Amino acid sequence: MDIQKYISSGILELYVYGALSEKESRQVSLILKKYPEVKTEVEEIEKALFTLSSAAAPNNAEHLITSIKEKLSNSGAATKTGRTPVRKINWITYSGWAASLLLLIGLFVFFNRTNELREELMAAKARNAQMEQQIANARQNAEKANDLLAVIRDKNVKRIPLKGQKVAPEAFASVYWNKQENTAYIDAQELPEPPRGKVYQVWSLTMQPLSPTSIGLLEDFEADNNKIFSLENPNQSEAFGITLEPEGGSKTPSMDQLYVLGTVAAP
Amino acid sequence: MPLFIFFKREFYLLLLSKPLIFMQQDALILELQNGNERAFERIYHLYSESTYGIIYSIVRDEKIAEELLQDVFLKIWDKAPSYNSDKGRFFTWILNIARNASIDKIRSKSFKNDQQNLKADNFVDILEAKTNFNEAVDSIGLKKYIEALKPVCKKLIDYLFFKGYTQKETSEELDMPLGTVKTRNRACIDKLRAMVIK
Repeated sequence: MDIQKYISSGILELYVYGALSEKESRQVSLILKKYPEVKTEVEEIEKALFTLSSAAAPNNAEHLITSIKEKLSNSGAATKTGRTPVRKINWITYSGWAASLLLLIGLFVFFNRTNELREELMAAKARNAQMEQQIANARQNAEKANDLLAVIRDKNVKRIPLKGQKVAPEAFASVYWNKQENTAYIDAQELPEPPRGKVYQVWSLTMQPLSPTSIGLLEDFEADNNKIFSLENPNQSEAFGITLEPEGGSKTPSMDQLYVLGTVAAP
Repeated sequence: MPLFIFFKREFYLLLLSKPLIFMQQDALILELQNGNERAFERIYHLYSESTYGIIYSIVRDEKIAEELLQDVFLKIWDKAPSYNSDKGRFFTWILNIARNASIDKIRSKSFKNDQQNLKADNFVDILEAKTNFNEAVDSIGLKKYIEALKPVCKKLIDYLFFKGYTQKETSEELDMPLGTVKTRNRACIDKLRAMVIK
């Protein structure tokens, strides 16, 4: 490489001006480090320009260093480790953003979880109410069963089995009759469900002469779970029978619709 | 009547003294990059006046130039770690910061409103203006230099050095081939050097 030619090309002046591209400048920097005469040349160009621009200064600016240094102090960077705080601030900023993001994600997850829990709670509440209802029902049933047991166990109660008749040979019913209290409990568990528009009617019978007296209807037969009905019976009954009658009952029993019949055993 | 009697006494002394100590000092720059405030003061002492000259030649207002000079040195302090000698001279690096800050300023709205008409066109006018305030001038050599400086040299130096134009921009502005810009400028700087370095 012809160094003298390189120097006189004028590229070094442009280099000091800063008028070259970055790539060209890097090349000149490499050559400058390799050839001392190039370095000397650059330094002389620099000196000349330095002197010229200094001459263009309108006055002496030495005094400004005081206020510049104050500004350095104010920005917190005027220490020997002055570079560190700048980075620290950046780090704090970044971690601040990171923390915000995490908080946001956390809130989102928390919100979702809260909703899930709320739904679970509602479901549990509904189940709870259901259970309470079931328990109440069971308790009621148990109470009823206890009452029935008490009725059946009463020493004054007579059980009269009613056997199936021609229209319903498979049918069966029992009457628990408390003569002292004038009450008859009809256990109609084994009676078929009455057809629509029909109702069972219970009759007390006396034999000599044969005369039936209605003691009541088995209303709401389908809805009654244990199929035990309590009716008032002040009669001196000798037998009980149950017939199927039109809704509302009949004055006299329809004998062709006699489902069950049983006589009271003599004491 | 030529008024090329440019330089005040301080500048003449500066010619004798500062160039002797002025040289890119790698160790000093490294200290500055490490955040050493002493190094910063010395850098300021070395470079502030030439930087001030560059800024003033662009903005033409002493007060604004003073503000900008402070801004530029705060930037030098902040950006020092990013300076890399592989990319260019430290002086050039400072030049770029100073020119960019000044050009940003004169392009700003507030500046445009305040400065309707700039009195002078380039650095030569500044030097002339200064002479007006300092009649007692001492550098015969420099006077000769300025007298000898061709108008094209004044323009080349103004564009390339003070205003920071690229070689291409200068070539377009002066309607001069790229290669000619380079060689002509070299000749102009040779003349400047002949006066400065004795």
